[in-house]
Amino acid sequence: MKAKTAIVGRAENIMCFKAAGVEAFPVTDEKGARETLRKVARDHPVVFLAEEYAEPLRDLLKRFDEEAYPVVLPIPAGGDTGYGEAFLKEAMERALGVDILFRK
Amino acid sequence: MARLNVNPTRMELKKLKARLSTAQRGHKLLKDKSDEMVRRFTVLLREDKRLRDEAEGALSAAMKQFALAGALTPSYVQETALAMPSVAVEAELGTESIMGVEVPAIRLSAPEKSDAVLPYAFSEMTSEADESVREIAALLPTLMRLAEVEKAVRLLAVEIERNKRRVNALEYVMIPQLEETIKYIRDKLDENERAALVRLMKVKPGGM
Repeated sequence: MKAKTAIVGRAENIMCFKAAGVEAFPVTDEKGARETLRKVARDHPVVFLAEEYAEPLRDLLKRFDEEAYPVVLPIPAGGDTGYGEAFLKEAMERALGVDILFRK
Repeated sequence: MARLNVNPTRMELKKLKARLSTAQRGHKLLKDKSDEMVRRFTVLLREDKRLRDEAEGALSAAMKQFALAGALTPSYVQETALAMPSVAVEAELGTESIMGVEVPAIRLSAPEKSDAVLPYAFSEMTSEADESVREIAALLPTLMRLAEVEKAVRLLAVEIERNKRRVNALEYVMIPQLEETIKYIRDKLDENERAALVRLMKVKPGGM
């Protein structure tokens, strides 16, 4: 199966992805991001999401976790929010109960 | 632990014994499954961390550069320049099974040529923009892999949690309950036997 990829985020941050061949869907606020993501996820199995929207849309992202597709990947497009680390920590705690990565 | 509400009969005892052995076998299997899933999970987790560190560093550098480049070009020029991308990222999607959990397996179809990436004329955008677009295009395989791994981590975490619950339910509820009930029935049957024996001795003294 061939499929397209998409990115959802602020216009100024995602334009360079557009040039690289990823379909870009600019949004301006959280509500727009929610609607756009829902629509985009229907026909794009791989969607990148600007990290700033990952936290407010957590409930929506959870729903994608039931199936293998669509894959929604929060990436730091326009500002790192520490999402990556938080995500790893949470997954680790849920599954293992111990911290094996960030332990100093 | 509460014992099950059953009649203390031999029939019931036999049934419960069968259930207990099934439960114990199931518990062992699930526990093995859990161990293996955790092992796979830790491998994936480390890979996810490595990819994320790699991608985040490169990405923010490229974005910064693009932002700088964007500042030098009027936004309407930029928009028209980027409006029609010359390449489309396409991926082959499949699924893979990790211990019965379906996870995505993404193969990125290779873009024809990295030079062909730029969708605009050299005069329209600055060379900084070229550079950042190229960098991001080069980063896409990493991002795809990250998408794949991170999804697998999510799915596996959920499954591990579920499995743990099952194992615990068997270990701490089901199996003790069955064991206790079996013991109860055994005691009861033994008691009945002794009672019958004593009764016999009473009605038939010296016999036996």
